Amino acid sequence: MAVTDQGSQTQARRAVMALCAAATGQELATALAGLAAPGAEDIRAPEIGLVMATGRIGGDGRPFNLGEVSVTRAAVRLADGRTGFAYHLGRDRARARRAAILDALWQGEADRPGVEEALAPVARRAAADAAAQARRTAATRVDFLTLARGED
Amino acid sequence: MYVAVKGGEAAIDNAHRLLAEVRRGDPAVPDLTVAQIREQMALLVDRVMAEGSLNDPDLAALALKQARGDVVEAVFLVRAFRTTLPRFGASVPLETGRMTLSRRISATFKDLPGGQVLGPTFDYTHRLVDFGLAEGEQLEPAAEAEPREDAAATPRVTDLLGRDGLIEPSPQDDGTPLGDITREPVDFPCDRSTRLQALARGDEGFILALGYSTQRGYGRTHPFVGEVRVGTVAVEFVPEELGFPVLLGTMQVTECQMVNQFKGSREVPPQFTRGYGLVFGQSERKAMAMALVDRALRASELGEPLASPAQDQEFVLAHCDSLQATGFVEHLKLPHYVDFQAELELVRRMRAEAEDKREAAE
Amino acid sequence: MLRAGFRDPVHESQGVFRAVLDALARPGTIHAIPARLDPPAPLTPELAAIALALTDGDTPVWLDPALAAGHDVAAYLRFHTGAPTTADPARAAFALVREAERCPPLADFAAGTPAYPDTSTTLVLALDRIEAGPGLRLTGPGIRGAAELALAPLPPGWPAALRENHAGFPLGVDILLAAPGRLAGLPRSTAVEG
Repeated sequence: MAVTDQGSQTQARRAVMALCAAATGQELATALAGLAAPGAEDIRAPEIGLVMATGRIGGDGRPFNLGEVSVTRAAVRLADGRTGFAYHLGRDRARARRAAILDALWQGEADRPGVEEALAPVARRAAADAAAQARRTAATRVDFLTLARGED
Repeated sequence: MYVAVKGGEAAIDNAHRLLAEVRRGDPAVPDLTVAQIREQMALLVDRVMAEGSLNDPDLAALALKQARGDVVEAVFLVRAFRTTLPRFGASVPLETGRMTLSRRISATFKDLPGGQVLGPTFDYTHRLVDFGLAEGEQLEPAAEAEPREDAAATPRVTDLLGRDGLIEPSPQDDGTPLGDITREPVDFPCDRSTRLQALARGDEGFILALGYSTQRGYGRTHPFVGEVRVGTVAVEFVPEELGFPVLLGTMQVTECQMVNQFKGSREVPPQFTRGYGLVFGQSERKAMAMALVDRALRASELGEPLASPAQDQEFVLAHCDSLQATGFVEHLKLPHYVDFQAELELVRRMRAEAEDKREAAE
Repeated sequence: MLRAGFRDPVHESQGVFRAVLDALARPGTIHAIPARLDPPAPLTPELAAIALALTDGDTPVWLDPALAAGHDVAAYLRFHTGAPTTADPARAAFALVREAERCPPLADFAAGTPAYPDTSTTLVLALDRIEAGPGLRLTGPGIRGAAELALAPLPPGWPAALRENHAGFPLGVDILLAAPGRLAGLPRSTAVEG
């Protein structure tokens, strides 16, 4: 049972981290501002680096290196010892640090609902953006007709 | 041989100041912002990201601004920037089958599960210059429609053919470590993963021309576009300190599955073969050309005669990088005074000797 | 618990890199090394600073038994640098040695190959004391005349082992010596008597 709990907790944490990755720096600042977040110490100062993005031959075969993506990472510790991490595409150090603080806060059971609540607007905005995009794409859906060539 | 030359410092400084001023152009015209380039020159930004081999739209846009719009110079800036950064590791392989599609077309099956969507395409435009754009014309908003229920389930065309065994499967992931052309020099012959890495960052014009050459008979592969898809994919990475994959964000890619001529042997029944293209951003031209060249480069693997440039690994890989190519061509303008002086002496001596011989003969 | 790395990674790494460069360019001279780190014991702040400045995912690091005992040091370095650790000194790009008096023979480390002499190991030794003065007598590139360096503790087999290392030039290991706040270099190009 413990293993399952561990697994579902990791899934929930991944979902929150993914939400932070989808958020703008301003959205994360707003989320943090509503949480009265305590001070945080950098375990590893926010840093810009690279991750080699890999694809798969044929989409599903042996991997190959597609090219790199720029990534910013941050690692923080709160005064009570909770640690948080963030890895984001792009080069926004402040944004990654905010996400790391949110990840650290989320580690505490008591803060968890608050963090999820604070990020709910981001989830709603991202879902609305995705739906609008899907509707615009759907309008370009095409049904090609094959014209008879005269053989029959 | 290169011999250091001294001097010219003031002239070089002044040339750079002049360059900055010329780059800016007429100061009466508003300065371009990086965001404007990123949003309105998006396909150019995509090309710089693909050939710079670094997905970072803001950086590519800035590089284009600094490079006065010169793609290769912008690629140079992006490549130079990436050398200053540490590498955290490699991503989880992208799941292009779970791409959020903005475009998906097939030239082989009209009734594709999940459907075909045209997305934002130049295809079917009349290629008439729109003078309204010059006037800053107001846009009509894009049309909207309810996505069909099967829109999220979009199997690859190659999966459909694969179910019936009519197409070769993708090469299996046998866990052998990936070579990386940014870390180790390429040895020929090299494996398909290495070739795809080089093609993905290769010069679009060069890859396009090679792909075209295969269509014109120089290494013919009888291609059909199984599918081209453009969309955003999740990029995931497993940080060592966490031990589970985290979403870094999403990025746009273009994927092309080319379905090529079948072959069979005593062991293998006739089946289609494949070429594959995957590239940063939206570039069907690059992804399709890459898939053509990928397939052509498999000639020896598939027992085809090696007769054409697009089938020659060394020819393709050693010449497809725009930065390497421009570096070697453009280095010719650097001072070669001593070299040339030596050649000059040699020509004079040979002429004198020839003259002497002729006089002796007369 | 994970301890913090550089507060200002770019400038602190550059400072350490400069000190290392100067130390190797001018063997026998002693350089101040900025080391404001508080790494897990028994890693010294100087060894930590050099590791954080010079190692990354492409540089396998060998840790001596004192550093490899327990996992704190390896975890700290891995977290901050991404460098993999190796148990095989001959595969190490860098070797961190906390107990210089038990330093393995230099020949155990990578000496490079004739085509790529740069693929050798750089040893980083923690010492208690580095002073200018009678001890090792150094001559060679980067030294005007001769320089003298007194080290404590002196690793086993030195200075004969250093002479052997130099004799294999252009192959061989390069050595960084780090005492509290102080750094000196012994590149393979330096001839040692003593």
